[in-house]
This record gives sequence, C-alpha cells and structure tokens, in this order.
Amino acid sequence: MAPVLDTDALIGDPHTRIIVCCGAGGVGKTTTAAALGLRAAESGRRVVVLTIDPARRLAQSLGLTTLNNTPSPVTEVDTANGGSLDAMMLDMKRTFDEVVEAHSTPEKAEQILANPFYQAVSSSFAGTQEYMAMEKLGQLRLEADRDPDNPRWDLIIVDTPPSRSALDFLDAPKRLGSFLDGRFIRILAAPAKAGGRAYLKVFSAGVNIVTRALTKVLGGQMLNDVQTFVAALDTMFGGFRKRADHTFALLSDSSTTFIVVAAPERDALREAAYFVDRLDEEGMPLAGLVVNRMYRVSAPGLSAARALGAAEELGDEDNGGSSGGSSGGSSGGSERSAVTQGLLRMHAVQAEIADRHESLARRFIAGHPDIPMVEVPAASGDIHDLAGLRAVGNALAGR
Amino acid sequence: MAPPAGSARDTDWDGVRLHIVTGKGGTGKTTVAAALALALAGQGRRVLLVEVEGRQGISQTFDVPPLSLTETRIAHAAHGGEVFGLSVDAKAALLEYLQLYYKLGRAGGMLEKFGAIDFATTIAPGVRDVLLTGKVYEAVRRRRDHRAKGPGAAPAYDAVVLDAPPTGRVARFLNVNHEVADLARVGPIRSQADSITAMLKSPRTVVHIVTLLEEMPVQETVDAIAELRAVGMPIGGVVVNQVREEILTMEVLELAARNAISREDVAADLARVHVRATDSIVDGLLLEARDHAERVTLERAEAEVVAGLGRPTYRLPSLPEGVDTNGIREMAETLTAQGMA
Repeated sequence: MAPVLDTDALIGDPHTRIIVCCGAGGVGKTTTAAALGLRAAESGRRVVVLTIDPARRLAQSLGLTTLNNTPSPVTEVDTANGGSLDAMMLDMKRTFDEVVEAHSTPEKAEQILANPFYQAVSSSFAGTQEYMAMEKLGQLRLEADRDPDNPRWDLIIVDTPPSRSALDFLDAPKRLGSFLDGRFIRILAAPAKAGGRAYLKVFSAGVNIVTRALTKVLGGQMLNDVQTFVAALDTMFGGFRKRADHTFALLSDSSTTFIVVAAPERDALREAAYFVDRLDEEGMPLAGLVVNRMYRVSAPGLSAARALGAAEELGDEDNGGSSGGSSGGSSGGSERSAVTQGLLRMHAVQAEIADRHESLARRFIAGHPDIPMVEVPAASGDIHDLAGLRAVGNALAGR
Repeated sequence: MAPPAGSARDTDWDGVRLHIVTGKGGTGKTTVAAALALALAGQGRRVLLVEVEGRQGISQTFDVPPLSLTETRIAHAAHGGEVFGLSVDAKAALLEYLQLYYKLGRAGGMLEKFGAIDFATTIAPGVRDVLLTGKVYEAVRRRRDHRAKGPGAAPAYDAVVLDAPPTGRVARFLNVNHEVADLARVGPIRSQADSITAMLKSPRTVVHIVTLLEEMPVQETVDAIAELRAVGMPIGGVVVNQVREEILTMEVLELAARNAISREDVAADLARVHVRATDSIVDGLLLEARDHAERVTLERAEAEVVAGLGRPTYRLPSLPEGVDTNGIREMAETLTAQGMA
C-alpha cells in the first residue's frame, strides 16, 4: 500500500505557501490546481491560482474571461471561513514587457520593446512561457509578502505550462540565466560595450571565427538585431540572473511543495515517474502524486467475467424460448432481459477499464513505494463550474 | 519485393508524401502517427516516422531501443513494407547543416564552445523550428539513389510521417517562414525557410489532427484547423481516437438517462442467472448506466462538432488492453480499411 496523499493536511498547513502542479499535457493539471485552490479558499486560506492555459469553460467558471495578467477575485466562493480565491491566466508577452519596463528607464524600455529580436523572443521562444510562469510566481510571492501582517495571499497555486517534457519547466530559469551570463552574450554585446571588448581580446582569434560563422548562417542583419537587443538589455542581465536564482531558491524552499499530476495511462504515468525522479534529484519538495480520471464502477461487487457470463446466460435463456423469468407483460420477459443484458455487458467493459487503471496505478506504486498518492475518479462530464471543482476537491481530499 | 497490383487502390491521400500528425496532449497523437506510418508501409512501401520533441515516444510505442540520430528500421509491414524511425535533434541538425553547407570545420567546434550552438537551437526564435522541419524536408526530398536526378528518380521514402508538436503549438511550428521573416530578411536561414515553406504548403503535404470525443480536444481541433488555415497549411483528416464501442441501444440509453429502468426487473433477471442481486449491485448498475448515458450524450454532441468540420474523419476504437505493438497494428488496419492509407 502506498502512503495516501493528504491534500487537506497540505492546504491546511499554514507553512505551505506555494503549491506547484506539474505533469504531462492533457492530464488535468489545471483542474487539479483550480480544485485545490477552491477547497483551500473555502477552508479559510487566502489563495491565488496562476493558470497557464485553461480550458475555455473552466476559465469562464473562474471568471477568467479577459487576459489582463493580474489576479481577480472568483465570485461565488464560500468565504464563511474567512478565505478568498483569486485567479489569473498568464500572459507571457505582457509579463516579459512588464519585466523590461520595471527594470529599465522608459527610453530604454521603449527601445527594447521595439526590437524585432525582443518581440520574437518574448512571444515565441520555446522556453519563454516556462520562464515567465516562474517570473510571475516570483511577482505574486512579492505581492503576497508586501504586508506581512495582512498578506493579500497566504497560498499560491501554480499550474505549469504544458511542456513537451518536465525538464523544460525546471530548467527554464537556469537556461535563460546561463545564457545571459555566458560568453556568447558577451561576444554579441562586444561591439557596443568597451568592457566586453577588453574581455574579448583574450579570445579574439576564436571570436573572429565565430562572428564570421554567425554572419554566414544567421545573416548580418539578424546578428545586428541581436546585438542591439543584447546591448539594450545589458543593464538588466544582473536582474534576470538574480531573479532566476531567486525563483529557483523559492521552488526548493520548504514552504513550497510539488504535486505531480497524471492520468491512468502508460505514457502519462511514465512522464510522472520521470518527473518524480527529477524532482528528487533536484532536491525539490514533492508532496505526492494525483492520478486523475481513475475509472471506477458503481457496482464493484460484480466482476467483469461474472457480468459477461450472466449476460450470456440470460441471452441463452431468452433464445431458448423460455417465457419464465421476470413478471409477465405483453412484450414478454425477453425484452426486459435485453435491458439487463445490456447493463451487464456495459458493466463488464467498464470493470475491465477500472481494472486496467488500477493495475497501472499499482505498477507506479511498485516503482515508487514511498510516494504518497491520491486517486480522483473520472467524472462523467467535463468539469466547468465551481460545483464540479468542489467535487474534484472532495475526491482529492479522499472524500 | 515489387508492390502487388492492389497498390493502385485509391486512398484519401494519394500523392501526399508528408503526413503531419498533431493533436492535443493526451489524445494519442504519437500512437496514431505510428499506426499511420505502418498503414502507409503496407503494400511494400518504405516509410519514415519522425519525432521532433526528443521524447522517444516512437521507440516506446514500438518497444525498440531509443532512436539515435540515424534512421533505424523499427517495424515491418505487409508485402515487405518497412517503417524507419528518426528522432530529430536540433543541435545535431545544425551541426550537420553547417558541415554540409559551409564546411565550417574548426569553426563548428568553436561555435559549440562559445555557446553559439546552444543559442541558435534553444534561444534564437524560429531557428530551432527551421532546423527541425529542415531535416524533415530533406528526408522527404531524398532520393533512393543519391546520384539520380529528375522527377522520375525514386525517392528514399515513399512517405514521411511527422509526429508534430501538439495542437497549441503546431501552427507556429510549421509556419517557419513567418517566424524567421522579421529576423532574417536575407541569408541562408531565410532561403532554407523559404524552401521548407514551399514544400509544407504544397499538395504533397497534409496535417492530420487527432482528437477524442471530449470538450477540450475537440475545441483545440477546431482552433488548430482555423490557425493552420490562416497560415496556409493544407488540412488533412480528423482522427477520432479511443471511440467507445456502443453497448447500449438508443432505447436503453434513453431509459437510463431518465432513470426509468425498472429496478425490480433487473433484480429479477439477475436472480434468474444466480447473480447475487444485492441493492448495491442493482443500484450500482443503474447508476453506471446513467453515467454512461450522460457520457454518450456529451460524446454525440462533440461528434457533431467534428462532423461539422467537413473533413474526412477516421474512427479508431478504444483498445481495452491498452496500446502495445499489436494494438498499433490493429489501428493501422483500421486506418487502411477506412481509406486513410
């Protein structure tokens, strides 16, 4: 038996300040984050949920109809216990623009925002979303801590970007940081920066080769844009690096906890296993695993094999011309038995799916016996209102 | 082995050389791409299956060792058909490209040492996508005999299947030209992007979308088709994956939805075949039926949205045993039977 992930204890612990939900795409990360946020708020926490890419109707249920990049209150939350729930959807480009505006003079900011290379990086660089999610998390935490006696939020729940792999999300701050710190950027910045040139003297032979090669491949004009961008951003580098480090430290802090979300499918569980191992390697605090959409039958006392057998027996009896069985009626017992046969066959299929999900979950536990886990049963419809989120919250709490 | 006479059979995508497969995360786009590759390889053809996100989804699907940077045969198909697999890596593609076109030699190593390769493949916007799609472009155009010239020369692969990024990113990924246009108005990256774009938007290419009959995947399918159209990409078919077998008749579903199935009759039937008809089992069965009816109603609504897209649609049944190599073969046969390959 794997230990049970007690999400109520987690959100009830005032020491828990940040919860990060991560996992493969399409496993219900956003729903899990929103359900945890709602449950925490209704139990008295002041919560903000940062979502990356919510389903349209789920977003609507949280009042996220506009992308304004700041948290706004979710209405219809039960605030009887003194809690509150704010939610926001990440606007990647806007977050980046705000960083630029906050850390440079207005003239310089304007110059950077107009640079074509900046525009491309801020709206399409493969790691920008991950980095900006972390940047926003840092901002929310600062905002939360502004007044320690009366914090605006005492719990931040983050839904992570649907990365192609878990690595991206953990590596984004480091990757951008090391790029900004690297030799390469100094080469690019060289023509605009006296200090850079002095540094480059040592490497000049190599630098010439590199610059020539770059000009060949990228074209002189692109290199020019990059150089202007790097020069304009130069004063901000220290800040970028510092904040990336700060966010990484925040993620490793004991007041942060990670929840890995998965679905009972081979691929999703494989990603989850990988993520669990990776978090462990990085020394990140992992609370446990949520397995969403576990198929459960409502009549667990009846096995798939028995149900199928019973359906066949009923069919044989009816075909055998027996008029016995359930009470009469003009259309005879066989028609009613057809209904029961259908129910039994349907149950058999569902019981098989449930068994498969169960065995996939068991296989994960066998490989990770110490990871606390909670299973959330599959809902029969899509979840797109607070009532649906409350039901998921109940399931997350094991109720 | 020569293709049998049956190879002249019409499929929905005759003449297409590059099949791009996308879909929301969790819809099974990698397994569908694998099944399509196997289906296309039937009739003795050579097919290359390419992944670009380094997840090793292909090798896991076919249960073979992780793919390296060279093309490896991963499966046999009917009549001597073969499927090859390739996991494209941007860094390796860039070094190969530099070596091929610029003979950079020592500068290549220097670029690597100074972090320029990392820069180009991870941070310089669009360059990564140009490199990844560039490798696919090269594979589609390659000749079996590299000295052969002209339109009559046999291609190295009869078809290439690309397991593309998910729906949310696919339009941007394929619109390489736009990505680099502002940055590189001239130069080799630009001309490479132009050639790739010409092929991607030609009738030799289609983008297929994989979905489930659920709200979000269908919504993303609708959005992706609009986005792909907007950038001029040719749209292929919609593959509805994991379709559940219809077990209950419409009549029973309606009764179940209205909660109108007779408890007593069910209990009596169960007793007749000696199933212990406890309250919890009878009520459980009725509840399952009602939930099932609710799901079916939702699925029908989503199926109508899919039908409204007006694209050729293929339906792959849910495989109760999960997807293994045999499952992929079953899926491939279904796709062939439905005319996708």
